[in-house]
Amino acid sequence: MLKTIAIRIVLGIITLWAVSVLIFAATEVLPGDVASAILGQGATPETLAVFRHELGLDRPAYVRYLEWFFNALHGDLGIAMTNKRVIVEVITPRFMNTLFLAGYAALIAVPTSVVLGIIAAINEGKFIDRFVNILSLMTISVPEFFIAYVLILYLAVQFEIFPSLSTVFPEMGFAEKIYTTALPAFTLTMLVMAHMLRMTRTSVLSIMSQPYIEMAFLKGLTRSQVIVRHALPNAAAPIISVIALNLAYLIVGVVVIEVVFVYPGVGQFMVDGVTKRDLPVVQACGLIFAGAFVGLNTVADVLAIMVNPRLRHPR
Amino acid sequence: MTRDMNETILKLTDLRVEALSGAVLVDNVSLELKRGEVMGLIGESGAGKSTIGLASMVYARAGCRITGGKIEIQGEDVRVLDAEGRRERRGQRIAYIAQSAAASFNPAHRLMDQVTEMPISHGLMTEAEAQAWALELFRALDLPNPDTFGNRYPHQVSGGQLQRAMAAMAMSCRPDILVLDEPTTALDVTTQIEVLALLKKLIRDYNMAALYISHDLAVVAQVADRVMVLRHGKMVELGETGQILLEPHMDYTKALVAERKAADKLAMIATTTREKPVLEGVDVTGIYGTFKAVKHVSISVARGETVAVVGESGSGKSSLARLLVGLLPCVTGEVKLHGEVLPPSLKDRNRDTLRKVQLIYQQPDVALNPRQTIGEIIGRPVEFYFNRSPSEVKARVAELLRLVGLPEDYAGRLSTALSGGQKQRICIARALAAEPDIIICDEPTSALDQLVADEILKLLKQLQDTLGVGYLFITHDLGIVRRIAHRTAVMLQGEIIAQGPTADIFAPPFHPYTEKLLSSVPEMRTDWLDEVLAKRA
Repeated sequence: MLKTIAIRIVLGIITLWAVSVLIFAATEVLPGDVASAILGQGATPETLAVFRHELGLDRPAYVRYLEWFFNALHGDLGIAMTNKRVIVEVITPRFMNTLFLAGYAALIAVPTSVVLGIIAAINEGKFIDRFVNILSLMTISVPEFFIAYVLILYLAVQFEIFPSLSTVFPEMGFAEKIYTTALPAFTLTMLVMAHMLRMTRTSVLSIMSQPYIEMAFLKGLTRSQVIVRHALPNAAAPIISVIALNLAYLIVGVVVIEVVFVYPGVGQFMVDGVTKRDLPVVQACGLIFAGAFVGLNTVADVLAIMVNPRLRHPR
Repeated sequence: MTRDMNETILKLTDLRVEALSGAVLVDNVSLELKRGEVMGLIGESGAGKSTIGLASMVYARAGCRITGGKIEIQGEDVRVLDAEGRRERRGQRIAYIAQSAAASFNPAHRLMDQVTEMPISHGLMTEAEAQAWALELFRALDLPNPDTFGNRYPHQVSGGQLQRAMAAMAMSCRPDILVLDEPTTALDVTTQIEVLALLKKLIRDYNMAALYISHDLAVVAQVADRVMVLRHGKMVELGETGQILLEPHMDYTKALVAERKAADKLAMIATTTREKPVLEGVDVTGIYGTFKAVKHVSISVARGETVAVVGESGSGKSSLARLLVGLLPCVTGEVKLHGEVLPPSLKDRNRDTLRKVQLIYQQPDVALNPRQTIGEIIGRPVEFYFNRSPSEVKARVAELLRLVGLPEDYAGRLSTALSGGQKQRICIARALAAEPDIIICDEPTSALDQLVADEILKLLKQLQDTLGVGYLFITHDLGIVRRIAHRTAVMLQGEIIAQGPTADIFAPPFHPYTEKLLSSVPEMRTDWLDEVLAKRA
């Protein structure tokens, strides 16, 4: 089993490296470069050339890739071209913010959706099952900003329970942070719950047609005993991977939410970078997102291997 | 609790089970079971045997309903109970032993937890009591290392051990009635005999009543006091086991008995003078990872002859077939076709080589693409190997369908609506479409009912007579071997331990393993099991 896990981790690292190449290549083909963006349209070709040389943009792409890649391995993501600040210093607090919000939402969403999924499976076809299904379908069917504004309208404007702006500062205490970011966390929870809930319900129910489930019923166990003890452990692998996908989404896919709630996360930073043609910033953000995504999925795969009794207890 | 021998313990009156589609699965069946009595339920698939077994636990599979009749356990009508009352009786009063222990144990839990789950959740025993009782059962069932056996996971023990563990699980609440649903069908003959003996002893020692469901009359004859023959959900005949075996009244029962007896007889077919071998494996070895599935085996098949490969599961029979066709490249030795050495791997063999050796599989359900029409399935090899025009393909498909005894208009249908036997005919037609010299048949009849299997064997034999095709016939069923094989190879742990004309293999002096195999095949007498056990002891 250790070998299987090791192979999975190595594959994760290879994937991450391949993504780094893609990120670099993709930013290369963006039209225009940082030199023309900064100097504006009036710049003469000569001044552009000088400026590019100054920024090191006139060297071949593979040299710049290797340099960027090895620096990134050492934790140096370069210097922002536009304001000359060290990217790692700027991005770290923002990444912490993103992780904080994602973790907050995940702590609410994961247990709720798995429990609701199991409840729906136990009561398959009954009112509660349909209600939970329709509700979760509704939350993924409407655009994320819509949920955000509805929450703001009711919970911030009409009843003034939570603030509508979620800008956090390093000086804030933990409780204050939790309070301030409640609305974006709720919005994210609603966005990711549907997948996990439905996957829990479906994979539990798909196990229900197995002969050992019939056996469990013939042993005279109750439906909830059968589901929790006999179906759930065997349904764990697909549930884990969907949870990982959604956790990754919480980290990398929240740009719109950050904008709506004016939350200082990595997503907004990356969008700024793209509009200013600040390639090192875009690459750094891309790399961090890829790392989070690949990392979470690798963890999920390793867990899925570990819950398999055949691999955990070989003959 | 009184243990009165004449007490009626299970009584079904006019039981009726229907599918939601309206089809009647069990049609007014009544039976009565006294303490200490075993009743055999016999019939082919679809006869309603399992449905009756499950219905006596007031359980119906998804899509089915118990629509009529009375189900009484010790005089109490359990059908009128609410869901909670039914649940309480399941496992406690009446317990179930299923056909496939491998599928019926939850792969995620240790055996001990699954065996003790029932008495604990029914509130009959504490965990310690349940475990002590389980250990006693493990010992009674002759399980190896009974003290630690329960710590294992289902995939860590063999099929025969798992089947015994399931018997222990069924016994964990000390039920009054056992429902045994083909409990030995998935086992090898040599394992079957052990499990059968233990089950028989268990039922006798704990003075229970049992419904023993099986398609094999000879197996039922060893354990049952009375036998009920079922067909299409209706009772055909009910009688003492001896009467059913010796003087069956109804025609259907007579056919079943005659068919099973035919398998018993040593009606061997004569060995033909051998032509030059077409397909040969010389000293071939096949490995999966580091496991040697086939070790230095040599075997050959000529046109017009049938070579049987017999052995128990895991003996390497199917791996040998995979080696010969190149699905599993051999690591030693070589495979020859018409004297010419073939590349070890299927990928490197040319189209004509592929054409000459075809395969028929055990499970026709899985071997046919459910989205393709029968015409497409059979027409594909015609197109692929012979480049025929669409009209020629169509004519050839019609011809092949006639050859395997199916109507020509089946070409436009999907295979999903067909019965198991018809599907296997389609598979045979597909193999014949390539006009092969050799067909490798991997247990082609073991998923079929007896009477259907017999027809398929007849068809294969008739095709051999008219087309001269050679068969490498893989099977665990010695009855089939005796009837159709000119030559036989016996496999044990990846090696061929005996090989030669079938008549020689099945006549003394035997290889000890062949003798064990032969003596493990149940015979159509009620005293067979006791006799064999006495002889072995």
